[in-house]
Amino acid sequence: MIIELGHFLLALALSLSIFQFLVPVLGVKFNSDSMMKSTSIIAFMSFILVLFSFLSLVYAYITSDFSVSLVTKNSHSLKPLLYKISGVWGNHEGSLLLWVLILTFYSAAVAILGRRLPLKLLSLVLSCQGLIAAAFISFILFTSNPFVRVFFPNAEGEGFNPILQDFGLAIHPPFLYLGYVGLSVTFSFSIAALLVGKVDTIWVKWVRPWTLIAWVFLTIGIALGSWWAYRELGWGGWWFWDPVENASFMPWLAATALLHSSIVAEKRDTLKAWTILLAIIAFSFCLLGTFIVRSGVLVSVHAFASDPSRGLYILLLLVFFTGGGLALFAKRAPYLKSGSLFKPLSREGALVINNIIFTSAAATVLLGTLYPIFIDAINNSKVSVGPPYFEAVFIPLMVPAILLCAFSPMLSWKRAIIDNIIERIIAVFICALFLASLIIIIHGGSASAFLGLFLAFWLICGTLYEFFIKVGIKSSFKTFIQRALNLPRSAYGMSVAHIGVAIFIIGVTVSSAWRIDIEKPIILGEKIIVKDIELTFKDIKKVEGPNWNADRGEFEIITSNGAKYFLYPERRFYPASQVNTSEPAIMSGIFSDLYIVLGESLKEEDSYAFRIYYSPFISWIWFGILLMAMGGILSLSDRKHRLGYGLKQV
Amino acid sequence: MKNKLKYFYSYIPLIIFFILVLFFARQLILKEDPSELPSVLIDEKFPSIALSELPGYKVFSNKNLINANGPSLVNIWSSWCVPCKIEHEYLMSMSNNIIIYGINYKDNKEDALKVLELNGNPFYAIGADRDGMQSINLGVYGVPETFIIDREGNIRYRHVGPILEYDMEKIILPIINKIKQERL
Repeated sequence: MIIELGHFLLALALSLSIFQFLVPVLGVKFNSDSMMKSTSIIAFMSFILVLFSFLSLVYAYITSDFSVSLVTKNSHSLKPLLYKISGVWGNHEGSLLLWVLILTFYSAAVAILGRRLPLKLLSLVLSCQGLIAAAFISFILFTSNPFVRVFFPNAEGEGFNPILQDFGLAIHPPFLYLGYVGLSVTFSFSIAALLVGKVDTIWVKWVRPWTLIAWVFLTIGIALGSWWAYRELGWGGWWFWDPVENASFMPWLAATALLHSSIVAEKRDTLKAWTILLAIIAFSFCLLGTFIVRSGVLVSVHAFASDPSRGLYILLLLVFFTGGGLALFAKRAPYLKSGSLFKPLSREGALVINNIIFTSAAATVLLGTLYPIFIDAINNSKVSVGPPYFEAVFIPLMVPAILLCAFSPMLSWKRAIIDNIIERIIAVFICALFLASLIIIIHGGSASAFLGLFLAFWLICGTLYEFFIKVGIKSSFKTFIQRALNLPRSAYGMSVAHIGVAIFIIGVTVSSAWRIDIEKPIILGEKIIVKDIELTFKDIKKVEGPNWNADRGEFEIITSNGAKYFLYPERRFYPASQVNTSEPAIMSGIFSDLYIVLGESLKEEDSYAFRIYYSPFISWIWFGILLMAMGGILSLSDRKHRLGYGLKQV
Repeated sequence: MKNKLKYFYSYIPLIIFFILVLFFARQLILKEDPSELPSVLIDEKFPSIALSELPGYKVFSNKNLINANGPSLVNIWSSWCVPCKIEHEYLMSMSNNIIIYGINYKDNKEDALKVLELNGNPFYAIGADRDGMQSINLGVYGVPETFIIDREGNIRYRHVGPILEYDMEKIILPIINKIKQERL
């Protein structure tokens, strides 16, 4: 009964979304304020309907209602509660419902926080959001209905892909979608601005924080996905350049560019057409990602049932929204007033280069991801593009971006004078060169390790130097503190995010340059020494979990300072889905991770295949990404960047 | 002039986007499964390959295929390959109705014999390709792979990856039945 109610509410939400699209359009046409005003209420109600519809599906999962087809296919009565709930979005249909829930949530948030926006702009934004919601809800209802029942319920359910049963992955899709769908807000704002035909200050004031919030969620979402891949997939890697990973990375690159161009738009009232174009592109990448992941046009390791008829529908959505957005842009953009001018050597100029680099990077990833499709179409052969391509083209693109990142905050707006900053650049350069060389001399290492370290130190030194200049490097302690306290939070946000990038680079560089891999059979009782850590294979026994059974190895670890730990790598078997998975045991530390994977038992007695990885500084990768997101949150808490700009402060 | 160019430039993103869409549409409409690999050997004679014996089992050679009076399968497998173990039961169930030949790929004798002893033998005859050199002629690059051979010994279909229930019901058996209905 509840599930039918959920189905009905979603159908109702579809008709409301169509209203949400039509009412403001008519309101604008007939210049009716009351019609435009009612849009906000419609948007809010539509969110409530989708919320209850979503909750009904959650209810079916929690109570293990196996008469619902989706629950039978993706859940199991023995599954822990957390994974029963995350099972709701662990499949195509449910994840789309989550997508729509978040979309209507954002619309409702815009409706509530946007009371002071020009009425015409607000109602057009909501209208566009309504159209997106209508398109996606009808996609759910007509091609991927999560509320379908089965006639002969299965008593237990077929289970859920076991490698997806992980805390990080359970919360990964909500974060990712909060990011993807957050970009729909800036998209709708751009469409509304193009329709209205002018870009006000308030438009710019709105776009920046909404981009920022989407970017923060997207960043955390991607980090969670990568953290999961590291802990679950058992190869010790954290990024595989798989089409599905790229599908989330392209919107991130575009959003990062958008974030920086919106600074220029906000502070200098220029680059507005470009910012609009970027907002359209960023959301288009989200739709493109949805298409790539769910249509099956590319081979990926990720578990989504693909279906060409769904693919066709998403392609139509993509053509409609992206094609429509870009066509509108092509028609209207030349008429937008261009803003103030600036010299190439200025903060604006540096941010433009940042934008060029980030959009090129997104285009590069796009090319690599879609290359198999192009080649197949052109000469009918099958190729796959792997990490070597991406590493070869992506890293050289990022090097100038990092070089620029350290000193562009030192440049002044409009026109910078090179003499003013040349000394600082030289100081930062010498400092970074010294630190990187010192490490390479002590530990040895390749040229690429040196380059990575140099870039990281360059960025850290540059950011810190810039920060100290801002607060007054030569002033007394008291004024120093006072100025530091008076600095806007967005300034801290930028510094923290840039330091985060540097920490990330250190993690990537050090963990790949000084990683130790051991892959060999180990006999029970054998002792192995990795770096200065002593590992002893003590024991192996059978254990039972809630919905799996496993072989569990026991390792005694003695570190160089004599501390003693135990690690338990597992090889699990899930009877419900007949799948074996390995659960790596990881000893995570600030300076190194020890990663043990239990393989198959070998013929010789008590001998098992093991893979052991020693990765120094690998946790810095996620710590760095987290810092970037923290920087975003700090900026967001700046009172200039409130989400509801224009509302009076309480 | 400069203004006209400005209008043209603003159409560039749209044009690029529609070129992309054309590629996507082609990929979707052709409905090709990207994991499906075409074989250059389709409708060609099964290549002659020299395989060694697996003690206690009939040796498979391409002569078996030439004078066959029905369709047959050639399955490439190994004891070290996990998907092959999953596939094994489907091969067993098909072996009552159709002749299946096995090529034991880059395997050691004892392990291969142990698998057949434990899980049963679906193969009419088996040839061993110890170093994998012979299978190069077939274009094999991963196990398991299965070829469907018609009455004349021509390859009709190549299946990459394990044959699971879906593949058996929806792909392999329909082709076999089609071959059975063909008149000599």
